[in-house]
Amino acid sequence: MSEERRYFRGSGDGKKPRATDPLAKARGEYDLIVIGSGLAGLTAANVLGSLGHKVALLEQHYNFGGMATWFKRRGGHVFDVSLHGFPVGMLKTCRRYWSPEIASRIVQLDGVRFDNPQFQLDTTFTREDFTEKLVTHFGAERATVAAFFDYLRGLNYYDDPRDTVADCFERFFPGRNDIHRLLLEPIAYANGSTLEDPAIAYGIVFSNFMSKGVYTFTGGTDWLVARMKDELRRNGVELFNNVAVERITVEDGRATGVVANGRHLRARAVLSNANVKRTILELVGPEHFDPAFVREVEAIRLNNSSTQVYIGIREGCSVPWITDLLFTSTRERFDSPALCDFHGKSRTFSFYYPKVRPGSERFAIVSSTNANWSDWAKLDEDSYAREKARLIEDTLVQLERYVPQIRAIADHVEAATPRTFEFYTQHLQGASFGTKWEGLRPSMELSSHIDGLYHAGSVGIIMSGWLGAANYGVITANKVDLFLRAAAQAAHAPESR
Amino acid sequence: MTRDEIVLAIKDIIATIAPDEELGGLEMEVRLRDQIELDSMDFLDIVMELRKRYGVQVPEEDYMQLATLKGCVDYLGPKLESKALVLTALKG
Repeated sequence: MSEERRYFRGSGDGKKPRATDPLAKARGEYDLIVIGSGLAGLTAANVLGSLGHKVALLEQHYNFGGMATWFKRRGGHVFDVSLHGFPVGMLKTCRRYWSPEIASRIVQLDGVRFDNPQFQLDTTFTREDFTEKLVTHFGAERATVAAFFDYLRGLNYYDDPRDTVADCFERFFPGRNDIHRLLLEPIAYANGSTLEDPAIAYGIVFSNFMSKGVYTFTGGTDWLVARMKDELRRNGVELFNNVAVERITVEDGRATGVVANGRHLRARAVLSNANVKRTILELVGPEHFDPAFVREVEAIRLNNSSTQVYIGIREGCSVPWITDLLFTSTRERFDSPALCDFHGKSRTFSFYYPKVRPGSERFAIVSSTNANWSDWAKLDEDSYAREKARLIEDTLVQLERYVPQIRAIADHVEAATPRTFEFYTQHLQGASFGTKWEGLRPSMELSSHIDGLYHAGSVGIIMSGWLGAANYGVITANKVDLFLRAAAQAAHAPESR
Repeated sequence: MTRDEIVLAIKDIIATIAPDEELGGLEMEVRLRDQIELDSMDFLDIVMELRKRYGVQVPEEDYMQLATLKGCVDYLGPKLESKALVLTALKG
């Protein structure tokens, strides 16, 4: 990782310090400081602010949202980074923990398509439609399909995590590589799931999608985050961007605040939405934990990173309707690690039509692949530029199969790699989907190691993605509320101890 | 609160959380999630509402006690004895 501070916007390639102090208006003490404004951090801050706690939210980037982000480019282009689609549960989550207005912008995708050498099909991505496709297109037994869906839906946290996705697929659809592809490929892009991961992690997310299909926000990520900021302010949450937390302070086994921009901000509790390993091993430091816990945290595996190619369509040009979400591959057979191949053969295209931002006439296409940090991390600058150019060229070649005129109508094309994700989010190894299954327990049990220290964010695969992250924010907010109330009670009645 | 009022208090919280559900015919001794669509996030919301409205703490290990309406009344009875019923969704 670079030792240099990053300042992002308006500061000479991110190297020049800012002229103003982003923490100028911060008070010295809060009930809670939230580190990071991914959907988990945002949602937790909103819930706890609405419950009357004094909350400060610190974000190292200038935009709030974490991976739920967007960026603009000259020519009127707006690119959504992770607005590919989420389960219907997001509707309830937004209505309850955000606002009816935000919830009202959630709409179902009109199309999901698969195109690979094994099958080509359009689907609503629901249990009903998948059942029909599995029976009529793939020739599976209807009863087997029903049993498969029921098994996944019935999985619980406390079930044996040693049953892997591969075990489960082989039990219900032995040797059917094409069916395994249909079932896993989309979820692998949604949260980094592989055949080796616990069936329960896959099953929870897959069942969530299958209940009603895939949904998105009308208005785009920029609209969503702007409304969320309004809501946070209404609930009294103080928002600070451009503030990189250097460390979480711990005194006598209790979290007491954070050091950010060289200043100590005190708080009764700290909730980190940074990567769980970074939170424990870097922001707090291993010296504050017992060695067995440190070893457990060190052993947590990260999920893969991603590459993306953003293609902005020239004003006045259009892309004919294809589908919203296209899972495409030229690979003959499905193979879970191959989804992360350097310059691999599989990618998704998210097509953004004007319907995404009503009032706009613009089109954009975002291609995504899963990727390994190690393939991109060590390239020198020349090789890095060359490999990025190749990523763009490979993507355009694939896209020409669906939009033959793409090179004529594309006005802006750029690529993001694991290094880009690492740079902007500070996620270790540019991890796009947090950690594997074993990250869940240390994250959930953090406060039993250090009083008043909590974590919420992408862990355990199931807390990854927009819905998982937002809901995990609520789950953690509930614990923080309990803690803060107890602390306030103890402060009011010291003689009763 | 009387036992009947506790049932009303729970139903009012559920009505806030799941506004589309019909709560009139809820059975006392059948699991709530077998009668209406309630997921684990909904149960978390019930617990958070109980804390917000009545200052009642339900630790995670006791969540199972709230599975049925009868379970709610038995478990919450002593905790809500001295509290006044708060209605939001079902008032009027």
